[in-house]
Amino acid sequence: MKALEVKNICKNFGGLKVLQNVSISVETGERRAIIGPNGAGKTTLFNIISGITTASSGEIFIFGKKVTTLSPYHRARLGLGRTFQKNNLFSDMSLLENIYLAMRINKSPLNMQDFLQQWGMWNRRNIKVKKLSYGEQRQVELLLALAQAPKILLLDEPTAGMSPVEKGLILQMIKGLDRSITILIIEHDMEVVFNLADRITVLHLGQVLCEATPEIVKAKPRVQEIYLGTTGEEGWH
Amino acid sequence: MTPCTSSRLLRLVVILILLVLPFVLSSYGLSIFTKVLIFGILAMSLDILIGYTGLVSFNHASFLGISAYTVGILAVHGINNFWLTLPAGIIAALLLAMVLGLLVLRSSDAYFLMITLAFGQMLYALAWRWRSLTGGDDGLAGIPRPEIGLPISMNDYHNFYYLVLIFFGLSFYALSKFIRSSLGRSIIGVRESESRMQALGYNTWALKYLAYIVAAGFAGLAGVLFVYFNGFISPEDLSWSLSGMIMLMVIIGGAGTLIGPVIGVGVIFILQNFISAYTERWPLFIGIIFVICVMYARNGIVGYLLKLEAKRRRCNESPGSKEHL
Ligand SMILES: Nc1ncnc2c1ncn2[C@@H]1O[C@H](COP(=O)(O)OP(=O)(O)OP(=O)(O)O)[C@@H](O)[C@H]1O
Ligand SMILES: [Mg+2]
Repeated sequence: MKALEVKNICKNFGGLKVLQNVSISVETGERRAIIGPNGAGKTTLFNIISGITTASSGEIFIFGKKVTTLSPYHRARLGLGRTFQKNNLFSDMSLLENIYLAMRINKSPLNMQDFLQQWGMWNRRNIKVKKLSYGEQRQVELLLALAQAPKILLLDEPTAGMSPVEKGLILQMIKGLDRSITILIIEHDMEVVFNLADRITVLHLGQVLCEATPEIVKAKPRVQEIYLGTTGEEGWH
Repeated sequence: MTPCTSSRLLRLVVILILLVLPFVLSSYGLSIFTKVLIFGILAMSLDILIGYTGLVSFNHASFLGISAYTVGILAVHGINNFWLTLPAGIIAALLLAMVLGLLVLRSSDAYFLMITLAFGQMLYALAWRWRSLTGGDDGLAGIPRPEIGLPISMNDYHNFYYLVLIFFGLSFYALSKFIRSSLGRSIIGVRESESRMQALGYNTWALKYLAYIVAAGFAGLAGVLFVYFNGFISPEDLSWSLSGMIMLMVIIGGAGTLIGPVIGVGVIFILQNFISAYTERWPLFIGIIFVICVMYARNGIVGYLLKLEAKRRRCNESPGSKEHL
Protein backbone atom coordinates (compact mmCIF):
# COMPACT_ATOMS: atom_id res chain seq x y z
CA MET A 1 0.00 0.00 0.00
CA LYS A 2 1.13 3.53 -0.70
CA ALA A 3 1.83 5.38 2.54
CA LEU A 4 2.22 8.72 0.86
CA GLU A 5 1.33 10.09 -2.54
CA VAL A 6 2.22 13.55 -3.73
CA LYS A 7 0.56 14.37 -7.05
CA ASN A 8 1.50 17.23 -9.34
CA ILE A 9 2.36 19.67 -6.58
CA CYS A 10 3.18 23.20 -7.66
CA LYS A 11 4.16 26.01 -5.36
CA ASN A 12 4.85 29.63 -6.20
CA PHE A 13 6.08 32.24 -3.79
CA GLY A 14 5.05 35.36 -5.63
CA GLY A 15 6.71 34.94 -9.03
CA LEU A 16 9.18 32.35 -7.78
CA LYS A 17 8.30 28.81 -8.89
CA VAL A 18 9.65 26.76 -6.00
CA LEU A 19 7.98 23.46 -6.91
CA GLN A 20 6.79 22.47 -10.38
CA ASN A 21 4.66 19.41 -10.92
CA VAL A 22 6.29 17.33 -8.23
CA SER A 23 4.91 13.81 -7.89
CA ILE A 24 6.29 11.30 -5.42
CA SER A 25 4.83 8.05 -4.25
CA VAL A 26 6.20 6.14 -1.27
CA GLU A 27 5.39 2.57 -0.24
CA THR A 28 4.61 1.67 3.36
CA GLY A 29 7.81 0.88 5.20
CA GLU A 30 10.01 2.40 2.52
CA ARG A 31 13.04 4.56 3.31
CA ARG A 32 13.07 7.36 0.78
CA ALA A 33 15.78 9.97 0.58
CA ILE A 34 15.11 13.34 -1.00
CA ILE A 35 18.26 15.02 -2.17
CA GLY A 36 19.02 18.15 -4.12
CA PRO A 37 21.07 21.32 -3.89
CA ASN A 38 20.26 24.22 -1.54
CA GLY A 39 17.06 25.96 -2.53
CA ALA A 40 15.80 23.01 -4.58
CA GLY A 41 12.50 23.09 -2.69
CA LYS A 42 12.96 20.10 -0.38
CA THR A 43 11.84 21.78 2.82
CA THR A 44 8.96 23.45 1.00
CA LEU A 45 7.84 20.01 -0.16
CA PHE A 46 7.88 18.74 3.46
CA ASN A 47 5.96 21.80 4.58
CA ILE A 48 3.32 21.10 1.95
CA ILE A 49 3.09 17.42 2.91
CA SER A 50 2.71 18.28 6.59
CA GLY A 51 0.27 21.08 5.83
CA ILE A 52 2.18 24.07 7.19
CA THR A 53 2.33 25.49 3.68
CA THR A 54 -0.51 25.15 1.20
CA ALA A 55 0.34 24.15 -2.34
CA SER A 56 -0.62 26.35 -5.29
CA SER A 57 -1.99 23.21 -6.94
CA GLY A 58 -1.78 19.44 -6.69
CA GLU A 59 -2.91 16.81 -4.21
CA ILE A 60 -1.56 14.92 -1.22
CA PHE A 61 -2.73 11.47 -0.07
CA ILE A 62 -1.85 9.75 3.20
CA PHE A 63 -2.67 6.01 3.19
CA GLY A 64 -5.03 6.68 0.32
CA LYS A 65 -6.86 9.46 2.13
CA LYS A 66 -6.88 12.85 0.46
CA VAL A 67 -5.46 15.39 2.90
CA THR A 68 -4.78 18.31 0.57
CA THR A 69 -7.09 20.67 2.45
CA LEU A 70 -6.66 19.23 5.93
CA SER A 71 -4.89 21.27 8.60
CA PRO A 72 -1.48 20.14 9.91
CA TYR A 73 -2.85 18.75 13.16
CA HIS A 74 -5.34 16.60 11.26
CA ARG A 75 -2.56 15.12 9.18
CA ALA A 76 -0.49 14.51 12.30
CA ARG A 77 -3.36 12.56 13.78
CA LEU A 78 -3.40 10.36 10.70
CA GLY A 79 0.11 9.28 11.68
CA LEU A 80 2.29 11.87 10.00
CA GLY A 81 5.25 13.00 12.08
CA ARG A 82 8.04 15.36 11.12
CA THR A 83 11.22 17.03 12.27
CA PHE A 84 12.40 20.47 11.28
CA GLN A 85 15.58 21.55 9.55
CA LYS A 86 16.07 24.19 12.24
CA ASN A 87 15.45 22.92 15.77
CA ASN A 88 11.84 23.58 16.65
CA LEU A 89 11.45 22.54 20.28
CA PHE A 90 9.68 23.71 23.42
CA SER A 91 12.95 25.18 24.53
CA ASP A 92 11.83 26.65 27.85
CA MET A 93 10.45 23.29 28.98
CA SER A 94 12.28 20.27 30.31
CA LEU A 95 13.01 17.31 28.06
CA LEU A 96 10.37 15.31 29.91
CA GLU A 97 7.71 17.97 29.33
CA ASN A 98 8.62 18.04 25.65
CA ILE A 99 8.12 14.30 25.36
CA TYR A 100 4.96 14.51 27.46
CA LEU A 101 3.40 16.97 25.01
CA ALA A 102 4.32 14.77 22.07
CA MET A 103 2.87 11.64 23.65
CA ARG A 104 -0.25 13.12 25.22
CA ILE A 105 -2.07 14.21 22.11
CA ASN A 106 -1.29 11.03 20.22
CA LYS A 107 -2.37 8.81 23.12
CA SER A 108 0.94 7.16 22.56
CA PRO A 109 1.21 3.60 23.88
CA LEU A 110 4.82 4.34 24.83
CA ASN A 111 5.95 4.95 28.36
CA MET A 112 8.03 8.09 28.85
CA GLN A 113 10.62 6.41 31.02
CA ASP A 114 11.06 3.40 28.76
CA PHE A 115 11.19 5.67 25.75
CA LEU A 116 13.84 8.03 27.13
CA GLN A 117 15.85 5.16 28.55
CA GLN A 118 15.77 3.40 25.21
CA TRP A 119 17.30 6.47 23.58
CA GLY A 120 19.72 7.06 26.44
CA MET A 121 18.34 10.39 27.57
CA TRP A 122 16.46 9.52 30.75
CA ASN A 123 19.14 11.11 32.95
CA ARG A 124 18.72 14.36 31.03
CA ARG A 125 14.95 14.49 31.49
CA ASN A 126 14.75 17.40 33.93
CA ILE A 127 16.99 19.74 32.00
CA LYS A 128 15.43 22.55 30.03
CA VAL A 129 15.82 21.74 26.38
CA LYS A 130 17.51 25.06 25.63
CA LYS A 131 20.25 24.09 28.10
CA LEU A 132 21.08 20.88 26.22
CA SER A 133 23.98 20.84 23.78
CA TYR A 134 23.21 21.44 20.12
CA GLY A 135 23.75 17.79 19.29
CA GLU A 136 21.39 16.71 22.06
CA GLN A 137 18.78 19.21 20.90
CA ARG A 138 19.06 17.79 17.42
CA GLN A 139 18.44 14.37 18.96
CA VAL A 140 15.40 15.71 20.83
CA GLU A 141 14.13 17.06 17.52
CA LEU A 142 14.01 13.45 16.35
CA LEU A 143 12.74 12.10 19.68
CA LEU A 144 9.74 14.43 19.62
CA ALA A 145 8.68 13.06 16.28
CA LEU A 146 9.27 9.47 17.44
CA ALA A 147 7.29 10.05 20.64
CA GLN A 148 4.30 10.71 18.42
CA ALA A 149 4.52 7.07 17.36
CA PRO A 150 4.18 8.14 13.71
CA LYS A 151 3.40 5.86 10.79
CA ILE A 152 5.08 8.21 8.34
CA LEU A 153 8.12 10.17 9.40
CA LEU A 154 9.49 13.19 7.54
CA LEU A 155 13.07 13.99 8.55
CA ASP A 156 14.47 17.31 7.37
CA GLU A 157 18.26 17.10 7.53
CA PRO A 158 18.37 15.33 10.90
CA THR A 159 22.17 15.38 11.04
CA ALA A 160 22.62 19.02 10.02
CA GLY A 161 25.46 20.70 11.89
CA MET A 162 26.47 17.63 13.86
CA SER A 163 29.89 16.18 14.50
CA PRO A 164 30.72 12.84 12.81
CA VAL A 165 30.22 10.97 16.10
CA GLU A 166 26.81 12.55 16.68
CA LYS A 167 25.90 11.89 13.05
CA GLY A 168 26.68 8.23 13.55
CA LEU A 169 24.41 8.16 16.59
CA ILE A 170 21.48 9.70 14.73
CA LEU A 171 22.06 7.38 11.79
CA GLN A 172 21.95 4.38 14.14
CA MET A 173 18.75 5.71 15.69
CA ILE A 174 17.07 6.01 12.31
CA LYS A 175 18.35 2.67 11.08
CA GLY A 176 17.00 1.00 14.19
CA LEU A 177 13.45 2.18 13.63
CA ASP A 178 10.77 -0.37 13.00
CA ARG A 179 10.14 -1.21 9.36
CA SER A 180 6.46 -0.47 9.79
CA ILE A 181 7.37 3.22 9.84
CA THR A 182 7.67 4.87 6.46
CA ILE A 183 10.53 7.34 6.35
CA LEU A 184 11.26 10.27 4.06
CA ILE A 185 14.59 11.88 4.75
CA ILE A 186 16.12 15.04 3.35
CA GLU A 187 19.86 14.77 3.73
CA HIS A 188 22.98 16.37 2.31
CA ASP A 189 25.36 13.79 3.73
CA MET A 190 25.64 11.15 1.03
CA GLU A 191 27.04 8.57 3.40
CA VAL A 192 23.86 8.79 5.43
CA VAL A 193 21.73 8.71 2.29
CA PHE A 194 23.34 5.65 0.75
CA ASN A 195 23.37 3.93 4.10
CA LEU A 196 19.66 4.37 4.65
CA ALA A 197 17.68 4.81 1.50
CA ASP A 198 15.81 2.18 -0.47
CA ARG A 199 15.14 4.74 -3.15
CA ILE A 200 16.29 8.28 -3.81
CA THR A 201 14.39 11.19 -5.33
CA VAL A 202 16.54 13.96 -6.74
CA LEU A 203 14.96 17.39 -6.66
CA HIS A 204 16.47 20.16 -8.72
CA LEU A 205 15.10 23.66 -9.26
CA GLY A 206 11.73 22.55 -7.99
CA GLN A 207 11.41 19.53 -10.27
CA VAL A 208 11.96 15.83 -9.81
CA LEU A 209 15.11 15.13 -11.79
CA CYS A 210 15.04 11.40 -11.23
CA GLU A 211 13.91 8.73 -8.85
CA ALA A 212 15.76 5.43 -8.52
CA THR A 213 17.73 3.11 -6.28
CA PRO A 214 20.93 4.46 -4.71
CA GLU A 215 23.15 2.51 -7.13
CA ILE A 216 21.50 3.98 -10.20
CA VAL A 217 21.38 7.51 -8.79
CA LYS A 218 25.04 7.35 -7.85
CA ALA A 219 25.96 6.47 -11.40
CA LYS A 220 23.96 9.24 -13.09
CA PRO A 221 26.28 11.80 -14.62
CA ARG A 222 23.59 14.51 -14.55
CA VAL A 223 23.18 14.15 -10.78
CA GLN A 224 26.92 14.37 -10.20
CA GLU A 225 27.09 17.38 -12.43
CA ILE A 226 24.41 19.24 -10.46
CA TYR A 227 25.99 18.48 -7.14
CA LEU A 228 29.54 19.17 -8.16
CA GLY A 229 28.52 22.19 -10.18
CA THR A 230 26.34 24.06 -7.71
CA THR A 231 27.21 22.91 -4.23
CA GLY A 232 30.82 21.97 -4.39
CA GLU A 233 31.64 22.10 -0.71
CA GLU A 234 28.53 20.51 0.58
CA GLY A 235 27.32 17.91 -1.90
CA TRP A 236 28.71 14.43 -2.52
CA HIS A 237 31.81 13.40 -0.76
CA MET B 1 15.50 24.41 54.96
CA THR B 2 14.63 22.94 51.57
CA PRO B 3 13.36 25.33 48.90
CA CYS B 4 10.00 23.57 49.08
CA THR B 5 9.35 24.21 52.77
CA SER B 6 10.69 27.75 52.57
CA SER B 7 8.34 28.61 49.72
CA ARG B 8 5.47 27.04 51.64
CA LEU B 9 6.40 29.16 54.63
CA LEU B 10 6.54 32.26 52.47
CA ARG B 11 3.08 31.49 51.13
CA LEU B 12 1.72 31.10 54.64
CA VAL B 13 3.21 34.42 55.71
CA VAL B 14 1.71 36.19 52.70
CA ILE B 15 -1.72 34.72 53.40
CA LEU B 16 -1.48 35.79 57.04
CA ILE B 17 -0.49 39.31 56.09
CA LEU B 18 -3.38 39.56 53.63
CA LEU B 19 -5.77 38.37 56.34
CA VAL B 20 -4.66 40.85 59.02
CA LEU B 21 -4.27 43.79 56.66
CA PRO B 22 -7.68 45.35 57.52
CA PHE B 23 -6.59 45.62 61.16
CA VAL B 24 -3.41 47.53 60.46
CA LEU B 25 -4.18 49.68 57.43
CA SER B 26 -6.15 52.90 57.27
CA SER B 27 -9.31 52.84 55.18
CA TYR B 28 -7.38 54.60 52.44
CA GLY B 29 -4.54 52.11 52.55
CA LEU B 30 -6.97 49.24 52.53
CA SER B 31 -8.80 50.63 49.53
CA ILE B 32 -5.52 50.70 47.61
CA PHE B 33 -4.93 47.08 48.54
CA THR B 34 -8.44 46.12 47.52
CA LYS B 35 -7.78 47.71 44.16
CA VAL B 36 -4.46 45.87 43.88
CA LEU B 37 -6.24 42.54 44.41
CA ILE B 38 -8.96 43.34 41.86
CA PHE B 39 -6.46 44.45 39.25
CA GLY B 40 -4.31 41.51 40.30
CA ILE B 41 -7.04 39.17 39.04
CA LEU B 42 -7.21 41.19 35.83
CA ALA B 43 -3.43 41.13 35.35
CA MET B 44 -3.18 37.39 36.05
CA SER B 45 -5.86 36.75 33.47
CA LEU B 46 -4.05 38.89 30.89
CA ASP B 47 -0.88 36.97 31.69
CA ILE B 48 -2.62 33.76 30.64
CA LEU B 49 -2.60 35.32 27.19
CA ILE B 50 0.69 37.25 27.17
CA GLY B 51 2.88 35.08 29.36
CA TYR B 52 1.48 31.60 28.83
CA THR B 53 -0.11 31.55 25.38
CA GLY B 54 2.13 34.16 23.78
CA LEU B 55 -0.77 36.33 22.62
CA VAL B 56 -0.08 40.01 23.24
CA SER B 57 -3.65 41.19 23.54
CA PHE B 58 -4.28 44.91 23.62
CA ASN B 59 -7.92 45.07 24.59
CA HIS B 60 -8.08 43.33 27.91
CA ALA B 61 -9.92 46.28 29.44
CA SER B 62 -12.81 45.42 27.09
CA PHE B 63 -13.59 42.33 29.15
CA LEU B 64 -13.34 44.21 32.43
CA GLY B 65 -15.49 46.96 30.92
CA ILE B 66 -18.27 44.86 29.42
CA SER B 67 -18.64 42.98 32.68
CA ALA B 68 -18.61 46.19 34.74
CA TYR B 69 -21.17 47.80 32.45
CA THR B 70 -23.40 44.73 32.66
CA VAL B 71 -23.35 44.92 36.44
CA GLY B 72 -23.79 48.71 36.35
CA ILE B 73 -26.78 48.50 34.05
CA LEU B 74 -28.35 45.82 36.25
CA ALA B 75 -27.76 48.04 39.28
CA VAL B 76 -29.45 50.96 37.54
CA HIS B 77 -32.45 48.66 37.13
CA GLY B 78 -32.38 47.78 40.81
CA ILE B 79 -30.78 44.34 40.51
CA ASN B 80 -28.08 44.17 43.08
CA ASN B 81 -27.91 40.59 44.26
CA PHE B 82 -24.27 39.60 43.96
CA TRP B 83 -25.10 35.99 43.08
CA LEU B 84 -27.03 37.22 40.04
CA THR B 85 -24.78 40.05 38.94
CA LEU B 86 -21.57 38.05 39.34
CA PRO B 87 -22.47 35.38 36.78
CA ALA B 88 -24.09 38.02 34.56
CA GLY B 89 -20.87 40.04 34.39
CA ILE B 90 -18.70 36.99 33.81
CA ILE B 91 -21.03 35.62 31.12
CA ALA B 92 -20.99 38.97 29.31
CA ALA B 93 -17.18 38.83 29.20
CA LEU B 94 -17.22 35.18 28.09
CA LEU B 95 -19.65 35.89 25.27
CA LEU B 96 -17.60 38.83 24.09
CA ALA B 97 -14.51 36.61 24.07
CA MET B 98 -16.30 33.87 22.14
CA VAL B 99 -17.20 36.33 19.40
CA LEU B 100 -13.99 38.38 19.39
CA GLY B 101 -11.87 35.25 19.55
CA LEU B 102 -13.29 34.10 16.23
CA LEU B 103 -12.21 37.38 14.67
CA VAL B 104 -8.85 38.16 16.25
CA LEU B 105 -7.24 34.73 16.55
CA ARG B 106 -6.90 34.44 12.80
CA SER B 107 -3.91 36.75 13.02
CA SER B 108 -0.78 36.63 15.13
CA ASP B 109 2.10 38.73 16.45
CA ALA B 110 1.92 42.44 15.62
CA TYR B 111 -1.27 41.96 13.61
CA PHE B 112 -2.92 40.37 16.58
CA LEU B 113 -1.93 43.30 18.76
CA MET B 114 -3.26 45.81 16.23
CA ILE B 115 -6.56 44.04 15.62
CA THR B 116 -7.26 43.62 19.33
CA LEU B 117 -6.47 47.30 19.82
CA ALA B 118 -8.93 48.14 17.04
CA PHE B 119 -11.74 46.08 18.56
CA GLY B 120 -11.01 47.54 21.97
CA GLN B 121 -11.40 51.05 20.59
CA MET B 122 -14.63 50.06 18.84
CA LEU B 123 -16.12 48.94 22.14
CA TYR B 124 -14.85 52.11 23.77
CA ALA B 125 -16.62 54.17 21.09
CA LEU B 126 -19.75 52.10 21.53
CA ALA B 127 -19.85 52.75 25.28
CA TRP B 128 -19.34 56.40 24.53
CA ARG B 129 -22.08 56.63 21.92
CA TRP B 130 -24.79 54.34 23.28
CA ARG B 131 -25.91 56.96 25.79
CA SER B 132 -29.30 55.49 26.59
CA LEU B 133 -27.71 52.31 27.87
CA THR B 134 -24.30 53.35 29.12
CA GLY B 135 -24.77 56.97 30.09
CA GLY B 136 -22.22 57.98 27.45
CA ASP B 137 -19.25 59.91 28.76
CA ASP B 138 -21.07 60.55 32.05
CA GLY B 139 -20.88 56.84 32.70
CA LEU B 140 -23.03 55.06 35.26
CA ALA B 141 -22.70 56.53 38.73
CA GLY B 142 -23.92 55.67 42.18
CA ILE B 143 -23.68 51.90 41.85
CA PRO B 144 -24.18 50.57 45.38
CA ARG B 145 -22.20 47.76 46.96
CA PRO B 146 -23.86 44.39 46.32
CA GLU B 147 -26.06 42.34 48.60
CA ILE B 148 -24.54 38.95 49.16
CA GLY B 149 -27.46 37.36 50.94
CA LEU B 150 -25.75 37.32 54.33
CA PRO B 151 -26.25 39.69 57.26
CA ILE B 152 -22.94 41.33 56.37
CA SER B 153 -22.86 44.77 54.80
CA MET B 154 -20.53 45.25 51.88
CA ASN B 155 -20.56 48.98 52.62
CA ASP B 156 -18.09 48.18 55.34
CA TYR B 157 -14.79 48.37 53.53
CA HIS B 158 -13.31 45.61 55.69
CA ASN B 159 -16.01 43.22 54.59
CA PHE B 160 -15.65 44.22 50.98
CA TYR B 161 -11.90 43.68 51.20
CA TYR B 162 -12.46 40.14 52.44
CA LEU B 163 -14.95 39.46 49.65
CA VAL B 164 -12.35 40.58 47.11
CA LEU B 165 -9.65 38.62 48.91
CA ILE B 166 -11.71 35.42 48.70
CA PHE B 167 -12.20 35.84 44.96
CA PHE B 168 -8.57 36.73 44.48
CA GLY B 169 -7.56 33.59 46.34
CA LEU B 170 -9.94 31.44 44.33
CA SER B 171 -8.73 32.94 41.06
CA PHE B 172 -5.09 32.44 41.96
CA TYR B 173 -5.76 28.85 42.91
CA ALA B 174 -7.86 28.10 39.84
CA LEU B 175 -5.42 29.71 37.43
CA SER B 176 -2.43 27.95 38.92
CA LYS B 177 -4.31 24.64 38.63
CA PHE B 178 -5.16 25.52 35.05
CA ILE B 179 -1.61 26.22 33.96
CA ARG B 180 -0.35 23.07 35.68
CA SER B 181 -2.98 20.93 33.98
CA SER B 182 -2.20 19.12 30.76
CA LEU B 183 -4.30 21.72 28.97
CA GLY B 184 -2.19 24.46 30.52
CA ARG B 185 1.00 22.68 29.44
CA SER B 186 -0.36 22.52 25.89
CA ILE B 187 -1.05 26.23 25.94
CA ILE B 188 2.54 26.89 26.99
CA GLY B 189 3.52 24.61 24.13
CA VAL B 190 1.74 26.98 21.75
CA ARG B 191 3.77 29.86 23.16
CA GLU B 192 7.00 27.93 22.74
CA SER B 193 6.32 26.70 19.22
CA GLU B 194 2.97 26.77 17.52
CA SER B 195 4.25 25.01 14.40
CA ARG B 196 5.67 22.15 16.44
CA MET B 197 2.41 21.80 18.35
CA GLN B 198 0.56 21.51 15.04
CA ALA B 199 3.07 19.00 13.75
CA LEU B 200 2.43 16.94 16.87
CA GLY B 201 -1.31 16.95 16.24
CA TYR B 202 -2.61 19.77 18.42
CA ASN B 203 -5.37 22.01 17.21
CA THR B 204 -3.54 25.15 18.25
CA TRP B 205 -6.37 27.44 17.19
CA ALA B 206 -8.69 25.72 19.64
CA LEU B 207 -6.08 25.97 22.40
CA LYS B 208 -5.69 29.69 21.81
CA TYR B 209 -9.44 30.17 21.68
CA LEU B 210 -9.81 28.37 24.98
CA ALA B 211 -7.08 30.44 26.63
CA TYR B 212 -8.71 33.58 25.29
CA ILE B 213 -12.06 32.65 26.81
CA VAL B 214 -10.58 31.61 30.16
CA ALA B 215 -8.66 34.89 30.38
CA ALA B 216 -11.80 36.85 29.54
CA GLY B 217 -13.80 35.03 32.19
CA PHE B 218 -11.40 36.06 34.93
CA ALA B 219 -11.24 39.59 33.54
CA GLY B 220 -15.03 39.57 33.79
CA LEU B 221 -14.79 38.58 37.44
CA ALA B 222 -12.40 41.48 38.01
CA GLY B 223 -14.92 43.75 36.24
CA VAL B 224 -17.71 42.79 38.64
CA LEU B 225 -15.53 43.45 41.69
CA PHE B 226 -14.18 46.63 40.15
CA VAL B 227 -17.54 48.25 39.49
CA TYR B 228 -18.71 47.52 43.03
CA PHE B 229 -15.45 48.84 44.41
CA ASN B 230 -15.58 52.00 42.33
CA GLY B 231 -19.32 52.60 42.41
CA PHE B 232 -18.90 54.12 39.00
CA ILE B 233 -18.14 53.01 35.46
CA SER B 234 -17.27 55.14 32.44
CA PRO B 235 -15.88 54.52 28.96
CA GLU B 236 -12.38 55.18 30.34
CA ASP B 237 -12.58 51.80 32.02
CA LEU B 238 -12.49 50.03 28.68
CA SER B 239 -10.11 52.36 26.95
CA TRP B 240 -6.81 51.38 25.38
CA SER B 241 -4.93 53.34 28.01
CA LEU B 242 -6.24 50.99 30.70
CA SER B 243 -5.45 47.98 28.50
CA GLY B 244 -1.94 49.33 27.99
CA MET B 245 -1.54 49.98 31.71
CA ILE B 246 -2.44 46.39 32.61
CA MET B 247 -0.08 45.15 29.96
CA LEU B 248 2.74 47.22 31.48
CA MET B 249 1.91 45.84 34.91
CA VAL B 250 2.13 42.27 33.61
CA ILE B 251 5.44 42.90 31.87
CA ILE B 252 7.00 44.87 34.75
CA GLY B 253 5.91 42.27 37.29
CA GLY B 254 7.00 39.33 35.17
CA ALA B 255 4.97 37.70 32.41
CA GLY B 256 4.76 33.92 32.46
CA THR B 257 4.42 33.67 36.24
CA LEU B 258 1.14 34.10 38.09
CA ILE B 259 2.50 36.10 40.99
CA GLY B 260 4.49 38.46 38.77
CA PRO B 261 1.53 40.40 37.36
CA VAL B 262 0.11 40.84 40.85
CA ILE B 263 3.40 42.25 42.06
CA GLY B 264 3.44 44.48 38.99
CA VAL B 265 0.01 45.82 39.90
CA GLY B 266 1.06 46.40 43.50
CA VAL B 267 4.29 48.17 42.61
CA ILE B 268 2.61 50.42 40.05
CA PHE B 269 -0.39 51.36 42.19
CA ILE B 270 1.64 52.01 45.31
CA LEU B 271 4.24 54.04 43.43
CA GLN B 272 1.46 55.91 41.68
CA ASN B 273 0.03 56.88 45.02
CA PHE B 274 3.32 58.11 46.41
CA ILE B 275 4.54 59.85 43.33
CA SER B 276 1.32 61.57 42.34
CA ALA B 277 1.26 63.16 45.78
CA TYR B 278 4.35 65.13 44.76
CA THR B 279 4.10 65.59 41.03
CA GLU B 280 1.72 65.45 38.11
CA ARG B 281 4.30 63.67 35.98
CA TRP B 282 3.27 60.17 36.91
CA PRO B 283 3.24 58.87 33.30
CA LEU B 284 6.88 59.93 33.00
CA PHE B 285 7.76 57.74 35.96
CA ILE B 286 5.95 54.73 34.68
CA GLY B 287 7.83 55.22 31.41
CA ILE B 288 11.14 55.24 33.29
CA ILE B 289 10.22 52.11 35.25
CA PHE B 290 9.33 50.38 32.03
CA VAL B 291 12.61 51.34 30.37
CA ILE B 292 14.57 50.10 33.40
CA CYS B 293 12.68 46.83 33.23
CA VAL B 294 13.35 46.36 29.56
CA MET B 295 17.04 47.13 30.01
CA TYR B 296 17.83 45.25 33.20
CA ALA B 297 15.00 42.85 33.94
CA ARG B 298 13.62 41.47 30.71
CA ASN B 299 11.48 38.99 32.59
CA GLY B 300 10.13 41.54 35.03
CA ILE B 301 10.59 41.81 38.75
CA VAL B 302 9.84 38.17 39.44
CA GLY B 303 12.03 37.02 36.58
CA TYR B 304 14.86 39.10 38.03
CA LEU B 305 14.39 37.64 41.50
CA LEU B 306 14.31 34.10 40.12
CA LYS B 307 17.53 34.77 38.29
CA LEU B 308 19.21 35.97 41.48
CA GLU B 309 17.91 32.93 43.31
CA ALA B 310 19.20 30.59 40.61
CA LYS B 311 22.59 32.28 40.75
CA ARG B 312 22.71 31.92 44.53
CA ARG B 313 21.76 28.28 44.33
CA ARG B 314 24.34 27.57 41.67
CA CYS B 315 27.04 29.05 43.92
CA ASN B 316 25.97 26.84 46.82
CA GLU B 317 25.61 23.73 44.73
CA SER B 318 28.33 21.12 44.71
CA PRO B 319 29.92 21.11 41.26
CA GLY B 320 29.11 17.41 40.81
CA SER B 321 25.34 17.63 40.82
CA LYS B 322 24.24 18.36 37.32
CA GLU B 323 20.55 17.75 37.44
CA HIS B 324 18.47 20.79 38.26
CA LEU B 325 15.08 22.02 37.22
N1 LIG C 1 8.04 31.49 2.73
C1 LIG C 1 8.79 31.70 1.61
N2 LIG C 1 8.62 32.82 0.90
C2 LIG C 1 9.35 33.04 -0.22
N3 LIG C 1 10.26 32.20 -0.69
C3 LIG C 1 10.48 31.04 -0.01
C4 LIG C 1 9.76 30.75 1.17
N4 LIG C 1 10.17 29.55 1.64
C5 LIG C 1 11.12 29.12 0.78
N5 LIG C 1 11.31 30.02 -0.21
C6 LIG C 1 12.25 29.88 -1.35
O1 LIG C 1 11.97 28.64 -1.95
C7 LIG C 1 13.16 28.02 -2.40
C8 LIG C 1 13.23 26.64 -1.85
O2 LIG C 1 13.41 26.68 -0.45
P1 LIG C 1 13.51 25.38 0.45
O3 LIG C 1 13.72 25.83 1.83
O4 LIG C 1 12.37 24.51 0.16
O5 LIG C 1 14.85 24.73 -0.12
P2 LIG C 1 15.63 23.45 0.38
O6 LIG C 1 15.69 22.53 -0.77
O7 LIG C 1 15.06 22.93 1.63
O8 LIG C 1 17.08 24.06 0.63
P3 LIG C 1 18.14 23.74 1.79
O9 LIG C 1 18.93 22.57 1.33
O10 LIG C 1 18.98 24.96 1.84
O11 LIG C 1 17.40 23.49 3.04
C9 LIG C 1 14.29 28.93 -1.96
O12 LIG C 1 14.66 29.72 -3.07
C10 LIG C 1 13.70 29.77 -0.90
O13 LIG C 1 14.29 31.04 -0.88
MG1 LIG D 1 15.63 22.76 3.53
